Amino acid sequence: MAISLTVNGRAATLNVDPETPLLWVLRENLGLTGSKFGCGVGACGACTVHLDGQPVRSCSVPVSVANGTKITTIEGLASGETLHAVQAAWIAQQVPQCGYCQSGMIMAVVALLATKPNPTDAEIDAHVSNICRCGTYPRIRNAIHSLAGAKP
Amino acid sequence: MNKWTRRTFIGVGTVVGGGLALGIGEFLFAPNRLEISPPVDPNNPPNNFRLSTWIKLAPDNTVTVVVPHCEMGQGAQTGLAMMLAEELEADWNGIRVEEAPAMDEFAAGYMVRGFGLGAAEPPQAMLRGLNHLTYKVASWMNLQVTGGSASIRFTGEYGMRVAGASAKQMLLQAAATRWNVSVTECTAKLSFVEHPSGKRASFGELASDAASIDLPSHPQLKNRESFTIIGTAKPRFDIPGKVNGGTTYGMDVQLPDMVYAAIKAAPVFGGKLVSVETAPASSMPGVIKVVQLENAVAVVADGYWRAQQALNKLQPVFSGEGNESVNSESLFQSFAKALDSSGKKILSQGKGADAFEASPTKIDAEYRVPYLAHATMEPMNATARVSDKTCEVWAGTQDPLNARKIAADACGLKKPQVTIHNLQLGGGFGRRLPGNLDYVDQAVRIAKEMSPKPVKLIWSREEDFRHDFYRSAVLGRYQGGLDAQGKPDSWVARFNGSADEGAAELPYAVPNQYIAKSDVPVHIRLGAWRSVDHTQHGFFTESFIDELAHAAKKDPFEFRRDLLTDKPRHKAALELAAEKAGWGTPIAKGRARGIALVESFGSIVCEVAEVEVLANDKFKVHRVVAAVDCGDVVNPDSGAAQIEGGIVFGLSAALYGAITIDNGAVVQTNFGDHPMARMQDTPQIEVHFIASHAARGGLGEPGVPPIAAAITNAIFAASGKRLRSLPLMPAKSAQPVSQPAA
Repeated sequence: MAISLTVNGRAATLNVDPETPLLWVLRENLGLTGSKFGCGVGACGACTVHLDGQPVRSCSVPVSVANGTKITTIEGLASGETLHAVQAAWIAQQVPQCGYCQSGMIMAVVALLATKPNPTDAEIDAHVSNICRCGTYPRIRNAIHSLAGAKP
Repeated sequence: MNKWTRRTFIGVGTVVGGGLALGIGEFLFAPNRLEISPPVDPNNPPNNFRLSTWIKLAPDNTVTVVVPHCEMGQGAQTGLAMMLAEELEADWNGIRVEEAPAMDEFAAGYMVRGFGLGAAEPPQAMLRGLNHLTYKVASWMNLQVTGGSASIRFTGEYGMRVAGASAKQMLLQAAATRWNVSVTECTAKLSFVEHPSGKRASFGELASDAASIDLPSHPQLKNRESFTIIGTAKPRFDIPGKVNGGTTYGMDVQLPDMVYAAIKAAPVFGGKLVSVETAPASSMPGVIKVVQLENAVAVVADGYWRAQQALNKLQPVFSGEGNESVNSESLFQSFAKALDSSGKKILSQGKGADAFEASPTKIDAEYRVPYLAHATMEPMNATARVSDKTCEVWAGTQDPLNARKIAADACGLKKPQVTIHNLQLGGGFGRRLPGNLDYVDQAVRIAKEMSPKPVKLIWSREEDFRHDFYRSAVLGRYQGGLDAQGKPDSWVARFNGSADEGAAELPYAVPNQYIAKSDVPVHIRLGAWRSVDHTQHGFFTESFIDELAHAAKKDPFEFRRDLLTDKPRHKAALELAAEKAGWGTPIAKGRARGIALVESFGSIVCEVAEVEVLANDKFKVHRVVAAVDCGDVVNPDSGAAQIEGGIVFGLSAALYGAITIDNGAVVQTNFGDHPMARMQDTPQIEVHFIASHAARGGLGEPGVPPIAAAITNAIFAASGKRLRSLPLMPAKSAQPVSQPAA
């Protein structure tokens, strides 16, 4: 089945099994390996991407669902050489450790700040449910607060 | 950060022999090259050039530090570069980092020496001989390990600083010779050598001259008072690539003609593959081959998802080798039974166990902790390409040299025919240490079947949870006695398992002690888990000392402090944590503070947790304050990050962590039935370093051990309820099989 996607502004038409999770199409068919495989059941959030601006866990979204949508991955967040404000805050606060979960974290936080530019701690807890085994949560919280009110 | 392949390494290496004449613009410094390298004839560069090297100087005055440790987010590569740059007097802005290739020459000899000799500084004259000896030992052991919180305190102290100081001295000498002045008049600063006459040359300009100078036998190290890089918060080199998806983890390797494999190994550890009907998978779209290994079945397909879907269709029959009926209850029963016997003595001090019987006040307690999984965010994976004569592996490991041996054994080639491309690790925590590289073995065996195609083997999260090398489950029985003044006069500890690191290192002054272990063989695969045995024994010891304090009707902080008069560093950490946490000051209703103090990997960490007791046996940790004495911290920001991360890692285990066994196999399968701490569980964390100037300690692990007891001690203070079994909020899949004795 031919699937049409627009990923990070680029159109792509792929002939893939429609049941294939979007994550594996991004990683294996399009070579966009920034979105990570962590659990395969939508529980950890390492695979989070934006589907028409909404955060989704791409390991659990069949590519057929994404047909015709605009997808943003971690690779498409920066504007050329200019990092997205969330990415810049991640560097300023030295957030990542192993870094494997951080693509998904950043995508989740970008989506949160788009609707709640100045989130409370409770809102952060509710919206950022991704797992980080290195324990970078305190710095993630600090980085989000450092952006509060800024236009992400 | 670039990786070196064997070819480029040797290519650059030969430059040392003929580099000047060839005009190739890089020069290598090898402070210990005389010990392990044959003399180099510039006219006849050897094919088997052996060189252990840590520094590259380029004409543009950049300095590349070659680091023999992997990066898994602990910041060791940046910290090690800081230590070398400090001694070299290099301009930090011109520093680059490369991870060393998987070659014997980069075996972690410095680390082995550190472990073997402790932190005692040997005489300068012995240093070179020791380095040679320990290099040989490490090479023989296939070690290029990143673990044991050892990179900074051993490789950094004994490798990087000496390498930097040696190179600086050679550069100074090169400048002095060039300018015909005394070397003592020359100074190095910000990657330049200067002379009072106004002469000035960059390190890059002097590199070629310096490369021909003999190694200084006694490089002078800087005093800490003159440090300009060590002790400052330098941003980590590995972070920018981790915010834009640019970093390549083992999982991310892409090769032409690559195929993908999914695998299912025998659920009962030690089990074998008896039979499997392959047709249900073979007929699935995209499937290329079903590969049967001794203890696993794998499906190879044109994509990972298709391989996993096809694998799910199979119903392999595995043997259990007699362990099919083992479960968590039977395991803990066997531990309890073992503790009824006398066990193997680890320590007997004073009157030993006899003193307990004579104590006027006696306290008994039994603690238990479960098996734990590492559950790195990146599931196990490896990519391999095998031919008749070569094998290449792309993977994230904590020991690429061991990976090379595993790969060679798996495909029947010799180690020099194997190239390991060690990539960024999506978490290690001990899971990717030598001895645990089963995923490399599997990938190579499957790739051999698929030769010459490269195969990327990816474990499902379910496979990852169920085939870990687990932190051991331990049952601990404690007995303590108080004298008439309420001071502890006896301490008796018995526990199962071989895990005893830290068990017999009570910092508190208790005159009579007896500590024994009873090893109970289990079929569960065990391994090192961040902070190793200190996780269990830190919880036991710091819970029990708290129980003694309560029995003595003393404040837990003051009780500990009074027993630390001979341990000034421990006492200082205890006092600082208490002070910063506001110990003894009013606290919100329903909350209380708990304190715990553990020394591990050369560092002393005291943590105070502020915990709220909620309804239905739920708990919320609001705040954790840590005081850390690691000697002197190299990078205060990444050091603090390690303590923060260690606290969250330990918190996750204390609240939720449990691997349980049923029918000989692991019950838990994924993050659905095995919760992990998330943002909502994470307290506010403060880290305070103590500049004790003691021998440098590690930071990757020491944040973990105190947190569980700090939490349960706070729960006791808040509710009067003493919790002696972890986890505190077990998932349904891990409900305890029986409650420990009160």
